[in-house]
Amino acid sequence: MPSTLPDAGGHYDLFGGRYVPEALVAALNQLEAEFDTAMGDVSFWRELDDLRRNYSGRPTPLTEAPRFSRHCGNVRILLKREDLNHTGSHKINNVLGQALLTRRMGKTRVIAETGAGQHGVATATAAALLGMECRVYMGRLDTDRQALNVARMQLLGAEVIAVESGSQTLKDAMNEAMRDWVASVDNTHYLIGTVAGPHPFPKMVKEFQRVISTEIREQMLARFGRLPDGVAACVGGGSNAMGSFADFIDLPEVALYGFEAGGDGVETGRHAAAIQGGSVGVLHGMRTYILQDADGQTMESHSISAGLDYPGVGPEHSWLAATGRATYEAVTDAEAMAALQLLTRTEGILPAIESAHALAGVIRLGQRLAVEQPDAEPTIVVCLSGRGDKDVDTAISYFGLTGKPDSATGGTA
Amino acid sequence: MSATEPPAGREGDGSVSVQPAPAPDSSASAFRRASEEGRGALVGYLPVGYPSVPGSLAALKALCGEGGDGPGVDLVEVGLPYSDPMMDGPVIQQAGTRALARGVRTRDVFAAVEAVRSTGTPAVVMTYWNLVDRYGVEAFARDLANAGGSGLITPDLIPDEAAEWLDASDAHGLDRIFLVSPSSTDSRIASTTRACRGWVYATAVMGVTGTRSASPTAAPELVARIRELSPQTLVGVGLGVSSGDQAADVVGYADAVIVGSAFIKPMLAAEADGNPDDLSGLRAVLADLASGVRRARHDA
Repeated sequence: MPSTLPDAGGHYDLFGGRYVPEALVAALNQLEAEFDTAMGDVSFWRELDDLRRNYSGRPTPLTEAPRFSRHCGNVRILLKREDLNHTGSHKINNVLGQALLTRRMGKTRVIAETGAGQHGVATATAAALLGMECRVYMGRLDTDRQALNVARMQLLGAEVIAVESGSQTLKDAMNEAMRDWVASVDNTHYLIGTVAGPHPFPKMVKEFQRVISTEIREQMLARFGRLPDGVAACVGGGSNAMGSFADFIDLPEVALYGFEAGGDGVETGRHAAAIQGGSVGVLHGMRTYILQDADGQTMESHSISAGLDYPGVGPEHSWLAATGRATYEAVTDAEAMAALQLLTRTEGILPAIESAHALAGVIRLGQRLAVEQPDAEPTIVVCLSGRGDKDVDTAISYFGLTGKPDSATGGTA
Repeated sequence: MSATEPPAGREGDGSVSVQPAPAPDSSASAFRRASEEGRGALVGYLPVGYPSVPGSLAALKALCGEGGDGPGVDLVEVGLPYSDPMMDGPVIQQAGTRALARGVRTRDVFAAVEAVRSTGTPAVVMTYWNLVDRYGVEAFARDLANAGGSGLITPDLIPDEAAEWLDASDAHGLDRIFLVSPSSTDSRIASTTRACRGWVYATAVMGVTGTRSASPTAAPELVARIRELSPQTLVGVGLGVSSGDQAADVVGYADAVIVGSAFIKPMLAAEADGNPDDLSGLRAVLADLASGVRRARHDA
């Protein structure tokens, strides 16, 4: 059944679709047609594959994490190292695909929204690579907490616009990018960074991120002769999770786990867990789980992770949750930051705070499985979607680090 | 008119004021009455809840000419503010954000429609789909009809996703006004106008609402395409009109001109001056626009 979705209108049963101004329909149709053509075009795939290998650095490794696994019950953890991609996250996978499509459509300008800045940096990178004009919309709160990525985008030649309306985060950046697109659609492609938005974005971004799961499958079979028992990933809009799940959705023997940003805890109302703590509604062109009040006004999301701080989720995730094919749970800020520190100390890998939500989720999952199935030794692949260099400032203030040396030596007192 | 005509007897009577409220009045009748006067119609937008819920009801009545010396608008678009107004420009966003911060609720839009209807002017609601979806499409249609509203403009709902709304609007005899744009293909203009009842909203600027420079030929070209593809459809044009001269120009080729931001700007200015309920600026804009649509001979 899953392989037949979405339908021609981009619906995953009740979810997805196109809730957009008529002014965007022509552009969405053009994009869909170009995408469909490109999917069947060997030369498109050859060029994308070349960029993936020789520019981005794929395939990314599958790293065993034995010291971290000790904290996860009987679970053996393998890390899919999307953090080792060029620009530091899985975002480049989607961006390279859409940038090539942009060029095929004869458009010369790309715009993007970004939360943590990872997608903005990736988009600015692809724009520099292909000689396109680039503008990135970013909530004012995010430009403040991710100043390093703002500077990276500017170094790459992109223009960064701080969005000061609404909650000043990712959702408002998306509104502003949509407004720009309605007015500039003739020469501009809106390069959405996740499996959200109106059809065909959820389907298209999934296909460009599918490489994560394809590599996981090949690497598991080549090294271990078997598929993993589970695949886990963090979920904001849900692109790294959808990329990690894609090849496994039709294989029921592989469990799928998505970990949403629980902020202060879903019960506090201060969170970004659209599936765990939201309800079905329409936002940003799609029907999906969203955080909304009794009237349907979007509620502000809360997460220590800028990249997960979004009040919606991709419509296919809503469908996977509603059908029970994937399991979604919320992870709090505190759990995520503890997992960030644990992975760094046990494996020497500093994950992005986003990815740390998936790590915290598998710690909890592993400890639960150890009780429920004490004799099982499941292998779970965790998508390490990004590296944590951008989050050092947040870690300094969260952990109360001083940034000062522990002691001094060699001076004359 | 579109393939689906409004129920017979709901229009043509012309004298809304003697109709016992709440009975829906086709918004197209507002266009027809203007046409009978040999002119195009003036459609005015204001959001409920700005500067406050009561203040917005007063402003909406002023938009209908109440308390002023001259005529009001022919049809009112009552806006229902939304947290993520993808199609709104900065002026409408600002008013909407303040209305939400001050606690406007979905149900307030029905009181606003009743306030407009109390002046004898027909009213439609314009809002984003999630608010209607959340209220319940059938319940929203029922309560809108009960308030005397004529219909609903849906800026982010295209007919492709509108099955539930098509049913509810049929059941309650409500107009459904979808949008078309310069980028719409001929086949989409044809199918969208077929799905409309009342009139079609031509967004002649490729961009958000509000004053914005655009190709001077985009709007007349779009209207000409609609006329050719669907000769019976009434067309309202929104493209950031702010003066009587611009309004006169638009009704030279369209059935109605739609104005929003230009009415809200003086209200924002009044609030900035410490007099949020001062409607004199709004009345001045109204006088200019109302005289504008009466200036040009309408040759529909």
